[in-house]
Amino acid sequence: MQLIAEDLAIDRGARRVIDGLSFAVKAGEALLLTGANGAGKTTLLRTLAGYIRPFRGRVRLEGGDDELTVAEQAHVVGHTNAVKLSLSVAENAAFWNAYLDSGEDAELRVGTALRHFGLEDLSEFPAAYLSAGQKRRLGLARLLVARRPVWLLDEPTASLDTASSERLVAAVNDHTNSGGLAVIATHLPLALERARTLNLAAQKVPA
Amino acid sequence: MQTLTQRLANPTRFMELSARLLPWISAGAVVLLAYGLYLAFFASPADYQQGETVRIMYIHVPCAWLSMMVYALIALSSFGLLVFRHPLADVSAKAAAPLGAAFTFLALLTGSLWGKPMWGTYWVWDARLTSVLILFFLYLGLIALRSALEDESAASKLTAILALVGVTILPIIKFSVDWWNTLHQPSTDFTSTVDPSMRLPLLVMAIAFTLLFFAMHLKAMRNEILRRRVKALRTQAVAGRDRLAAHGAE
Amino acid sequence: MKSFWALLHRDVTLAIREGGAIGTALGFFLVVVSLMPLGLGPDLNLLSRIAAGILWIALLLAALLSLNRIFEADHEDGTLDVLATGPLPLELVTAAKSLAHWVTTGIPLAIMAPVLGILLNLDLAAYPILVATTLVGTPAVSFLGAIGAALTMKTRRGGLLLALIVLPLYVPTLIFGISAVSAGAGPTGLAASFLILAAISLVTIVLGPLAAAAALKVHLQ
Repeated sequence: MQLIAEDLAIDRGARRVIDGLSFAVKAGEALLLTGANGAGKTTLLRTLAGYIRPFRGRVRLEGGDDELTVAEQAHVVGHTNAVKLSLSVAENAAFWNAYLDSGEDAELRVGTALRHFGLEDLSEFPAAYLSAGQKRRLGLARLLVARRPVWLLDEPTASLDTASSERLVAAVNDHTNSGGLAVIATHLPLALERARTLNLAAQKVPA
Repeated sequence: MQTLTQRLANPTRFMELSARLLPWISAGAVVLLAYGLYLAFFASPADYQQGETVRIMYIHVPCAWLSMMVYALIALSSFGLLVFRHPLADVSAKAAAPLGAAFTFLALLTGSLWGKPMWGTYWVWDARLTSVLILFFLYLGLIALRSALEDESAASKLTAILALVGVTILPIIKFSVDWWNTLHQPSTDFTSTVDPSMRLPLLVMAIAFTLLFFAMHLKAMRNEILRRRVKALRTQAVAGRDRLAAHGAE
Repeated sequence: MKSFWALLHRDVTLAIREGGAIGTALGFFLVVVSLMPLGLGPDLNLLSRIAAGILWIALLLAALLSLNRIFEADHEDGTLDVLATGPLPLELVTAAKSLAHWVTTGIPLAIMAPVLGILLNLDLAAYPILVATTLVGTPAVSFLGAIGAALTMKTRRGGLLLALIVLPLYVPTLIFGISAVSAGAGPTGLAASFLILAAISLVTIVLGPLAAAAALKVHLQ
C-alpha cells in the first residue's frame, strides 16, 4: 500500500501555496513534513485528507480499498482535538469508536487507546476537567480507537510534554511496524524508526 | 502565472462581447422606455374604474415581472456555478441580486401607492403583495449572506446553495400564501381583465424594463470582473514581495 | 447505520447534559407568549381567536434561538472535520444532527405549546390538534433551520443572519400549522392543512440535509 501525491498544485485564496509537488509514502513508512510557517504543511495535509481540492494533480491510495476515499481510510488529527467537554473521557473515545469503527471489540479498543495515552485513570471524568496536554492526548487516542491505515497528523506534539510525545512516537512506530503509513507535519524532530523528511520550504519554486 | 490567465480567459471573452453589446442594449432600453412612458402617460386612456391611477400599473407590472425573472436568473446562475463551476455564473448571480432586490422593492412601492386610492390604505395583505414581500426577504437573505462571509469563493458557493433552496421553497411559499389569503378574505379578486388599450403600453414597458435590467446587469458584471482582476493583481503583488523578502533572508 | 445512531445519541446526550439550550428555548417560549396579552390586552375572546398564531410564531422564534449551535460547536472543536472522514455521508451527518435538534428542541416545544395554550384561553377542542400539528410541523423547523445553520456557520453575528435567512422559509409551515388549528370547525379543512403540513415536513427532511451537507462541504475546504 502507498499514498501517492502526483504533481500537486494547491491554491489558498488567490495564492499558490504548493506547486508541482510529487511524493509517495509506502506502507511501514512515516513522512515528516517540515518548513517554516506558511510553507503549506497544513494545506498539504488537508489536501491529502481530501478537504481541499487541489488545483492540479491528485492524491490516491494505491492498494487501499477502492470503494473508499482516502479520507475514509485515514485518521486526521489537526490543530483541534475534536473532544466534547461535557462527555467523559471514556464517552469521547467510545463515541469515536462507534462512529468511525465497525469492528467488534469496541471496549477492548477504547481501553487500549486510553491506556496507551495514559488516560485510563481519568476515564470517568468529564473532558472539561482535563489540562490542555491531557485533551491533546484524548484527541490523539482517536488514532487507536479505530483502525485506519493512513495517519495524517498536523503538529501532533503541540502542548504535549516529553513523556507524552514519547507515547505518541511509540504509537506511530507501532502503526508503521504493523503496515500502516503516516504523514506528520512537525517543527520538532520526532524519534521515529522509519521516517523520511520532506522540507516544504525547499520545494518552493520561485515564479 | 499562466493558470491565472487561463482562469480569466472566459471572462476576457465576455468583456469583449459585453463591451460591444452594452451600447445597443442601453440604447434600446432608453428608446423603448421613452416610447413606453409616452404610451403610458399620454397615449392611453384612463381606466373607467381606477381613473389615472391605472398608469401606476405600467411601472408596477414590469417591476413585478422582473422581481421573479431576476430570481430565476440568479437560481440558474447558481446552478451553473455549483454544477459546471462556471466563473461567469457567480459574477452573474452576484451582480443580479441587488438589482433584483431593487426591482422587487419598486414593485412593492408602486403596489402600495396604487393601493392607497384603490383600497384606501397603503398596505393590504393581498396574496400577491405578500408573496412579493417574502420574495424581497429572500433577496435580502442572499445579499446579507454574501456580505457576511469573508472568503469570496465560499461566499459564492454558499449564496448559490441558498438561492437554490429559495427557488425550491418559493412555489410552496406562493401556494401557502394563496391558501392563507382565500382562508381569511375569500373572493376579493382584483385581477380585472386587461383592457386591449392597455396591452401595448404594458408590453412595451415590460420589454423596456427587461432591457434596462440587462443593461445594468451587464454593466455590474463588468465592474465585478474588473474588481476581481484588481484584487488578483494586488494579491500577487503582496505574494511577490513576500517571496522577495524570503529570498533576501536566505 | 451504527454511525448514524452513535451521532444522534451523542448529540442528544450533549443537549441534555449541557441543558442550557433546551431550557433557554422553553423559557423564551414562555416569556414571548406571556408578553402577548400584555401587548394586546386581556380580552379572552380575542386571545382565544389568535392563540394558535401566537403559539406558532413564538415557537418558531424559540426554536430559532438554538439553531446556530447545530454545527457551530462541532466546527469550533474540530469534530466536524473528523465526522467528514467517517463512514457516514455528510448528508446523513446533517440529517442525524437535524434529527437530534428536533428531538431536543422541537419535541419539548411541541409539548410545552398546549400548556401555554391555557394562558391564551385556547379552545379545549383545539388541544389535540395543536399537539399533533406542532409535532408534525416542527421537523420542518429543524431541518430547514439546519440549512441556515450550515450556511451561516462561519459568519460573525451568525444568529441574526440565520433569522433573516430562515424565517421566510418557515412561512408555509407557519401558515399550515396555524390554519390546521384554527380550521378546527371544518374537518375537511383541518385534514387538508394537516396533510399539507406533513408533506412540507417530509420535503424539508429530504431537502434540508442535502443543502446543509453542500454548505458544510464548502466550509470544510
